[in-house]
Amino acid sequence: MVKYHEQLDRTFAALVDPTRRAILTRLERKDGATVSELARPCAIKLPAVMKHLDVLADAGLITRSKVGRTVTVRLSPEPMREAMDWLRRYERFWSASLDRLAAFAESKEIEMQEKDR
Amino acid sequence: MTSLTLVRRIRARRSIVFDALTTPEGIACWWGPDDGPVLLAETDLRVGGRFRVRFRMLDGSEHESSGEYIEVVKPERLAMSWRWAGGEDPGESLVEIELRAIAEGTELTFTHSRLRNEETRHSHEEGWNGALDKLERHFLASANGGRHDQA
Repeated sequence: MVKYHEQLDRTFAALVDPTRRAILTRLERKDGATVSELARPCAIKLPAVMKHLDVLADAGLITRSKVGRTVTVRLSPEPMREAMDWLRRYERFWSASLDRLAAFAESKEIEMQEKDR
Repeated sequence: MTSLTLVRRIRARRSIVFDALTTPEGIACWWGPDDGPVLLAETDLRVGGRFRVRFRMLDGSEHESSGEYIEVVKPERLAMSWRWAGGEDPGESLVEIELRAIAEGTELTFTHSRLRNEETRHSHEEGWNGALDKLERHFLASANGGRHDQA
């Protein structure tokens, strides 16, 4: 349980950065990309890209495999799915609760207007 | 993607919505995803004060969450830390609620994020790019439904 919680925090922390999100989006479109391919459209230097890839790998969001001198990066969907599950659970709770809140507040408003009359 | 955002337009003035969100009597009338009862509601509405709510769902399961008020600006803004009691989803998250006056009453913007404070604010300031939405759709495609960050 604790491990799951730490994993989730790592996933969300990794997703905060826009460059890392951009990298993930490109990996989603393309099954496997080399590090230099990923660095190409970024306005940042290769070492910076490597650092972002380290964070994504630590969060379990990507895997890297090396053949010869080429490192291929692939998306690893499981942690992302866990993050989505987390959001979905809260959505179920809050969406229904807020509907009930709205209905309650609206009945209170009507009550108040009738009292003012 | 690191947060859930929901928006509701409510035909009631902000002070009514704010009280519903923050008083034990109000909370008892809506808290929880189904018609199961709220068993306990405590609020100490001030920055640093705590809240605690326990409810039972129709399936008989009981759940309790608690946290600390981080921002209290009546009737427009509320922020609080959030934690479930017991084993379900350990760890602390952040709930933020904005109430905006509109012609028909109140627009409520609700955000629940996994990350707290600076990290969360940082990510909100950046905003969310369309690329991210696409990525999210990809991962939601296999599972069913669910909309996040739609605001």
